Amino acid sequence: MASHAAPTAQSPPIPAGLSRDQLLEIYRYLRLTRTLEERLTALYRQSKVVGGLFRSLGQEAESVGSAYALERGSHRDLMSPLTRNLGSMLVMGAAPIQILRQYLARAESPTGGRDLNIHFGDLERGYLGQISHLGDMIPVMAGIALAFKLRREPRVGLVYIGDGGMSAGAFHEGINFAAARRVPLVVVGEYNHWAYSTPPRKQFAVEHLADRVKAYGIPAVSVDGNDVLAVYEATRFAVERARQGKGVHFIEVKTYRRKGHAEHDDQHYVPQHELEWWAKENDPIDRYVQRLLGSGWAEEQELKEIDERVRVEIDAAADACLGEPAPGPESALADVYGDPPAAERLWFRSV
Amino acid sequence: MAEVTYLEALRQGLWEEMERDERVFILGEDVGSYGGAFKVTEGFAKQFGEERVIDTPISEAAIVGAAAGAAHMGMRPVAEMQFIDFISCAYDMLTNYVATARYRAGLPTPMVVRGPCGGYVRGGPFHSQNVEAAFFHTPGLKIVYPATARDAKGLVKSAIRDDDPVIYLEHKWLYRRIKERLPEDEEILTPIGAARVAHEGNDLSVVTYGATLWKSLEAAEQLDKDGVSVEVLDLRTLLPLDDAAIMRSVKKTNKLLIVHEDTRTGGLAGEIAARVNEQAFEWLDGPIMRVTAHDVPLPYAPTLEDFVLPQTGDIVKAARWLAAY
Repeated sequence: MASHAAPTAQSPPIPAGLSRDQLLEIYRYLRLTRTLEERLTALYRQSKVVGGLFRSLGQEAESVGSAYALERGSHRDLMSPLTRNLGSMLVMGAAPIQILRQYLARAESPTGGRDLNIHFGDLERGYLGQISHLGDMIPVMAGIALAFKLRREPRVGLVYIGDGGMSAGAFHEGINFAAARRVPLVVVGEYNHWAYSTPPRKQFAVEHLADRVKAYGIPAVSVDGNDVLAVYEATRFAVERARQGKGVHFIEVKTYRRKGHAEHDDQHYVPQHELEWWAKENDPIDRYVQRLLGSGWAEEQELKEIDERVRVEIDAAADACLGEPAPGPESALADVYGDPPAAERLWFRSV
Repeated sequence: MAEVTYLEALRQGLWEEMERDERVFILGEDVGSYGGAFKVTEGFAKQFGEERVIDTPISEAAIVGAAAGAAHMGMRPVAEMQFIDFISCAYDMLTNYVATARYRAGLPTPMVVRGPCGGYVRGGPFHSQNVEAAFFHTPGLKIVYPATARDAKGLVKSAIRDDDPVIYLEHKWLYRRIKERLPEDEEILTPIGAARVAHEGNDLSVVTYGATLWKSLEAAEQLDKDGVSVEVLDLRTLLPLDDAAIMRSVKKTNKLLIVHEDTRTGGLAGEIAARVNEQAFEWLDGPIMRVTAHDVPLPYAPTLEDFVLPQTGDIVKAARWLAAY
């Protein structure tokens, strides 16, 4: 299996025009995602997380690989994640401490405790906060891509949708609108096999999500969502195509949700052997590590050092925010509108 | 001073804002080369180009969602619902996405959703609705509802310039029925959140908006002849309500009749009555009464529609009853 030597002339070429440093950066984002979620799970079990906890275990590669294909930086490409795209947000520049503050509902969280989990955005860094209503972000991102096109900015939008969310009407209205106007939008469809507890055979009568989308007159491909480099390469192609003015592109990523809908969900409806197979044979991080080492693109020691740095970073972030205050109750009244600046405080609070 | 219809005034307002600010653009069904079902945007595509006057698929959720996305990017979209009845297809997008965007995520969403509403036109159940109550309950949205040509222009301009999402309701019965002389050398901007006394009076207040403003004014004229002096307040903005103007009028006349074309249960009149009860109870010399549509879907046949909707005669009778209380 693994050759632990540094890259040599015998190493196969790195695909997709990536550098060795970029390969390691991708590895770091994968590890950061998983370690952060593991820390959140521990906090959840200690009842420190205020609401539900949504894991992306087993789906880290499709999040990281797709977001990594975007141009990042101030006011560059813009993406809208779903609740299992923590990895995408970290790639775009969200900090672990922001995620922790969100889950712990702290005053300094990006939404000031108003919304939960990874529902927050940063337009400058290039990610837009989602809402829970699946499908709604497709029209919104179509409008963002429309603005890029109207202003002739060389920017691209990317939006995620799941096998479940693809049955919502807003998805179809949005992708058709985007396709008809040929706006620079990439849509990543996550086939993770479970819409809460509902399997694909109860959701649609096609084999591939891509089959449903081709009818909108846009390219639709399916890729192995647990192969981070394959996802990167497919997304990179779609992003550059969109940037050249060629319109919407759909990428189906085949993956598997290895945890319940949220931490409270014991997944009793999932066949145990399926979970075991995906964990043992098709874990996206294990696969990537084997590829990095087996191709001689990285050394085991380098990866261990990254793991350790990630652990230290997350420990520090968790330690820093655990003592932070909750939002002041009356901050709930501000910012419903730009004008007036705050909602009325009701009379019975002063009687 | 040129005489313009309500529709032409709205059109002028849109046109001026398109000329003034290149971030403003229009999207909706048949708004481009066709010029819109009621010709509100006739000539716009020719003047401003098809990129700024966008014909969309029949997809209200996509129209509103895309407007929101563009607004986040600093544009100033004006989304048209071909008939306001179809805004229900975008209800989720407006109430869950648009209305919460600033609060939950600090996302400014300066956009206008406008469309023809209202009855008295034999439009039947799906081309006559009044939708204000469905959105009145959603914090984060603003709702304006002009009754005059001046406000049709002034409110659309203010709505486009507002930093919050605004639902702009235009009454199709008023489109070509109302004419008004508007100054050509003055910029008309009606402030959002400010009601207007449309007719001064002392004996009772009629609080209303939209088409029933004109029916209330007719009623006030008739009652004047009987020696009943009615003050008519045109709300103009429904969300936020101009509480101060309502209370000022109630404290002056001590009696309140609320008139709206929308159905009764859960309509705005209930909220206005509750506020007056809380803020001006001791000023009242009679019960707060309502004249509204009956609680049925709006039927098509003239005999049925005329029965269901409030008419001038209804307002006259109700006001007379309340004045004598």
